[in-house]
This record gives sequence, structure tokens and C-alpha cells, in this order.
Amino acid sequence: MTLRKIIIIYFFLFTSLQSDEINPELIEIYKNLRCLICQGQSIADSNSDFASTIKLVVLDQIKEGKTKDEIYAFLISKYGEWIVYQPSFNKGTILLWFLPYFIFIAGGLIIFLIIRKSKKNKVN
Amino acid sequence: MKVNFLKIIIFSFVIFFLLIFWLGLKKDNSYNTKNLIGHRISSFQLPSIHNNDLISDEVLKQNQFTLINFFASWCAPCRIEHQYLIKIANQNKNVKILGINFKDKKINALDFLSKLGDPYNFVAEDPDGKASILFGTYGIPESILINKELNIIKKIIGPIDQKQFEEILKLTQ
Repeated sequence: MTLRKIIIIYFFLFTSLQSDEINPELIEIYKNLRCLICQGQSIADSNSDFASTIKLVVLDQIKEGKTKDEIYAFLISKYGEWIVYQPSFNKGTILLWFLPYFIFIAGGLIIFLIIRKSKKNKVN
Repeated sequence: MKVNFLKIIIFSFVIFFLLIFWLGLKKDNSYNTKNLIGHRISSFQLPSIHNNDLISDEVLKQNQFTLINFFASWCAPCRIEHQYLIKIANQNKNVKILGINFKDKKINALDFLSKLGDPYNFVAEDPDGKASILFGTYGIPESILINKELNIIKKIIGPIDQKQFEEILKLTQ
């Protein structure tokens, strides 16, 4: 009975040690990569052949000392911008980056104008 | 006057969003690697399935055209396209075919080639599939036609069919 307990404890210790080996940067990269052959899944979520191969390549490049941006640049050169969830900042994506701020300001302006108009109507 | 200004803003927003949606829906998001056409393939070095030789991009510079074909014995569409690879090998001597055996067992791959015929001038092994990413492939079968300068002329996602076969012949005449 004691031996069984020891084995179980060792098993969980071993499992937790394994999970500690997973690099958080690696998970972040996997989550930002789109599984191109899956429906709405990231590389992190998918077990497809494509996703597992991309994981191996990313792991290799991390071991080679490549940075996150270098890995993204490599994959974009092979599969296009679509492979990354977070789009890079360029001429084609400028709207994506600034549109939310623009909508926020413009929405505030519209609300301000509506309130001011209704106040004026009340006074009148 | 101010009410008009508000209406103009709201109207502009509606038009703007409709335009964004229209442009977004028009954009083709189906997977393709058309952007790779015209680009040089990455350097690679893969072991031959037949012996201890290494097959590299340097070897392919000697060919006028090379068709790089990703295949595996477990891949059903690869069996369907195999007849076209054999036809290409027989009908067009300008094209050499490099087969890259993707995530497969060597014994199964050799059995596949002995049963269905071997159209390949070179057969390389890619047991973990990592080399396929260098070529921007999604899965198998996939084929890439390159010229002497190792620039990609055509990329075929999925099995080669009669139409693709004719196009390959036309491009490599």
C-alpha cells in the first residue's frame, strides 16, 4: 500500500516536472499561430499534422536561439500574414490598429453631441 | 445644422463599415501559397531513401526543371496522382522529379514505389515533416515546380490531376 502511494506521488512529481519544461514563450508563439488547415484553431489547440510539424519547427528555431519575431518572419515568408493571429503593423493593417481608437473617439463624440442636443431641447 | 452634422457622421460610419465588410468578404482567405511563386526555394539537405547520400538544392541546379513532390505510402490521394507522375517522367525529359517522403516509414515508402512504380529521379526522406515547412506545404500530396535557378514556377496543393498534368507539360516544354 505504501509502495503504491510512493509510486503515485512519484508519478505526479514526474508529470509536473514535465509540464515545467514547457517554455511559456513557446506556448505564446503557438497561440499566435493559426492552424491553416483547421477551422478557427491555433497551433496550440490543434493536433493536426500541420500543427504538430509547425510546433517541431518552432521548437527547433527556439533552440537555435531565434527570437519570436524571427520565427514569425520565417513562417510569414512561407505561408503569408494569415498564419499569425496578431497582424504586423504595415500599410495594409494600419486600419486594424487604429480603427478601434478612432471608433472609441468618434463614438464618444456622437454620444456627447446627442446628450448636448437633448439638453438644449429640454431647455427650449 | 448640428443635427445634420450628427447624421452625416452616422451615415459615414455606416458607409465606412459596409465598405470594410465588402472588402473583407471579397478577400480570398482560402489557403494558398501563391506568394511563393517567383521566389527561390530555401536551401535544404535531406537524406536519400535509397542510400546514405544527401540530396540538396545544389543537386537540383543541374536540372532544367524539377518537380518536388511530397508523398507518403499512407496517403490515399498520393496513389491517385502517382499515375500522372509516371506520365511526367516518361513524357518529359526536361523535368526531373524529386520525391520527398513525408512522415513515413522507409520500408512502407519503398514498398509503395515498388508496387506503383518509381517516377522519381531522387527520393528524400522527411520523417518528421520539418522539411515540408521550408517549402511552405500544408500537407500531402503537394508539388512544387521549380526551374534551373530554383525559382518556384507553380505550386500544386492536393493531388495532380489531368489539368495540372497538362499545365506542367506546357510549362516545361
